[in-house]
Amino acid sequence: MPEIKTEDVYIELGRHPKAGFAAEDLILQMGPQHPSTHGVLRLECVTDGEIIKKAVPKIGYLHRCFDKHAENENWQQVIPYTDRIDYLASMNQNFSYAITVEKLMDIEIPERAEYIRVIVSELQRIASHLIAFGTYGLDMGAFTPFLYAFRDRETILDFFEKICGGRLLYNYIWIGGVSHDLYDGFKEECMKFLDYFEEKIHNEYNPLLSFNKIFIERTANVGIITPEQAIDYGLTGPCLRGSGIDWDLRRDDPYSIYDRFDFEVIVGKGEKGTVGDSWDRYMVRIWEMVESIRIIRQALQQIPEGDIISEKVGKVVKVPKGEVYGRTETPRGELGFYLISEGGKGPARLKSRSPCFSNLCVIEEMSQGYMLADLVAILASIDIVLGCIDR
Amino acid sequence: MTETLTNPVLTLLRLIPGVETLSDGMQVLLSGFLAGVILFAFIAVFALYAVYLERKVAGHVQDRLGPMEVGWHGLLQTIADAIKLLNKEDFAPKDVDTKLFTLAPFLVFMTALSVFVVFPYDSQVSIANLNIGIFYVIAISSIAVPAVIMAGWSSNNKWSLFGAMRSAAQIVSYEIPVGLSIICVIMVVGHMGMQEIVEFQGGGFWKWVIFRSFPFNFIAFFIFFLGSLAEVNRTPFDLPEAESELVAGFMTEYSGMRWAFFFLAEYGNMLAVGLVGAALFLGGWQPPFEFLSFVPGWLWFILKALVLIFVQIWLRWTLPRLRVDQLMYVCWKVLVPFAFVCIIGVGLWEVLT
Repeated sequence: MPEIKTEDVYIELGRHPKAGFAAEDLILQMGPQHPSTHGVLRLECVTDGEIIKKAVPKIGYLHRCFDKHAENENWQQVIPYTDRIDYLASMNQNFSYAITVEKLMDIEIPERAEYIRVIVSELQRIASHLIAFGTYGLDMGAFTPFLYAFRDRETILDFFEKICGGRLLYNYIWIGGVSHDLYDGFKEECMKFLDYFEEKIHNEYNPLLSFNKIFIERTANVGIITPEQAIDYGLTGPCLRGSGIDWDLRRDDPYSIYDRFDFEVIVGKGEKGTVGDSWDRYMVRIWEMVESIRIIRQALQQIPEGDIISEKVGKVVKVPKGEVYGRTETPRGELGFYLISEGGKGPARLKSRSPCFSNLCVIEEMSQGYMLADLVAILASIDIVLGCIDR
Repeated sequence: MTETLTNPVLTLLRLIPGVETLSDGMQVLLSGFLAGVILFAFIAVFALYAVYLERKVAGHVQDRLGPMEVGWHGLLQTIADAIKLLNKEDFAPKDVDTKLFTLAPFLVFMTALSVFVVFPYDSQVSIANLNIGIFYVIAISSIAVPAVIMAGWSSNNKWSLFGAMRSAAQIVSYEIPVGLSIICVIMVVGHMGMQEIVEFQGGGFWKWVIFRSFPFNFIAFFIFFLGSLAEVNRTPFDLPEAESELVAGFMTEYSGMRWAFFFLAEYGNMLAVGLVGAALFLGGWQPPFEFLSFVPGWLWFILKALVLIFVQIWLRWTLPRLRVDQLMYVCWKVLVPFAFVCIIGVGLWEVLT
């Protein structure tokens, strides 16, 4: 494995090893087994005491050849693999892939299926942001928010289990619709949960962590991503919106039926520090959960009866020749699939554009000069999932 | 020597036939050994149930139950954990500095144990009633710093080293506000012996040091409490073993019984600062009201310490952790100046009244 040599860094910094009284730098391997790297990420850090001079992410510990493997599967068989790209937001991955294939097939799907898709993917967004919230607390040393987040996420997973049997990997959103209909009483249960959960955000999560003085001290003005940097590195999702850029695919490039709902796109305003700091990115996720609640409420009120899967899609999915790029807004940002079909039983080529990969790239530039504890805060504020980075 | 020869451990020892005939020196040696055994048992049992308390409090703070399976409401859970630790392989990683690596946990535990010698558990009950009692506590607890550095350095692990350096910086820094706040107490009482400090506070809770020279000793108590949190590495000052940053700090490479000794020392220290806080500010074994004096003094002492320990646990499961520079900021720019103000305030108060 290529290591950073101390001398190279000195040369880069314009200092010779033997010049002056500079202390020798410490090379620190953070990961792949480390509690705060959120999986098997390795950060090669060059530090001066606790000050980070350079932190280079080394990825690939979870690479599973998804893009290549998809070429050997037929159109439907790819869906379970998409579950495993970002295993904390599997519904959104299913959704993204299904939409892309449907775009190429140019088919309409039943109204009810569209609504179910929106409901489950917004529930999944809440579940995913809850993990981001909880692990952020954990990385800042507060253990309790983590368990509160998991308590409420549990209810969402129970919904999913009752709907489709899966709690983590669902294989639920199929080409042309969804695999199972909602169960009786889902609407009432879900509404009840949304009321309960909205109250929890305002009365439990925010006072406990978001507006805690120590938490604000730790995250505000730490890891600032300027809007220019965010665009240059191709950031998407809460990381981009945290930097104050008003861009959300659900509103700006509406897919499915998102144009029917009334919701706001949350952007970072730099309330506690500078626009684009870690606190902003964190807070975007908290308020996005509230917006997701709004969307789900509207969808539950509007949902019609009807089929849940298009009759035009047979057992063997036939996709015409062509190329397509489809994208959706997952909890972590823009997930896109670029597909080439040659009319065969499966994709001839598939390339996935994962949000986490682009989001992680910025860490090398933005972590310089911060302390080791800040690196943990920055990494957590980006909210990476290694499955999504490595695929 | 006469003072030492009347301590309760020695009295206990003399119940054994034949001990009377031994020389004074031998008797003192034996009593020291016995005191060590008693304290070890006391701290071990306390640590087991402090862990249980911590887990139960954490459970209820976090909307869950905590340990429930082993014994009634999980009462035997920590004993099962201790047995597991005892059974673990005595493992030291490759390339550690074996001597320091082995010695460090015991040295840390020794300092945690030694401070218990001077506490006044009841009127007339303390293992050694030194006339510089509180000074002894501060002095002995500092020995933990080199021991922690030994652990961090010998582990041959960068995370351990980070943890050790943080711990050293933290303990050394926070001893200053703690020491200054203790000076406020000594100024009021006029004596450094723990027993004398407690005796001074008799006659109702309004006579406790915390309510003397109001509000200066009240502030001094908070400074002492915050500083003691930092000295025993509790959240929000748990940087030396910050799990999410440093894996487990200076304890990263330790496992089994060696790790358990660090753990025991940690809970021993928790109890120690609780007891010091109770003795210095909250009247030690003195009851809050005269009519409650039928309750034994040691129970009051332990109860007051447990209240402080409960607050420590409560804070741990509520607050996030500070960063290193913020930690130093809190110490040098907030606590130390306030402690000086308190000293001046207490001094003026004592002179003017």
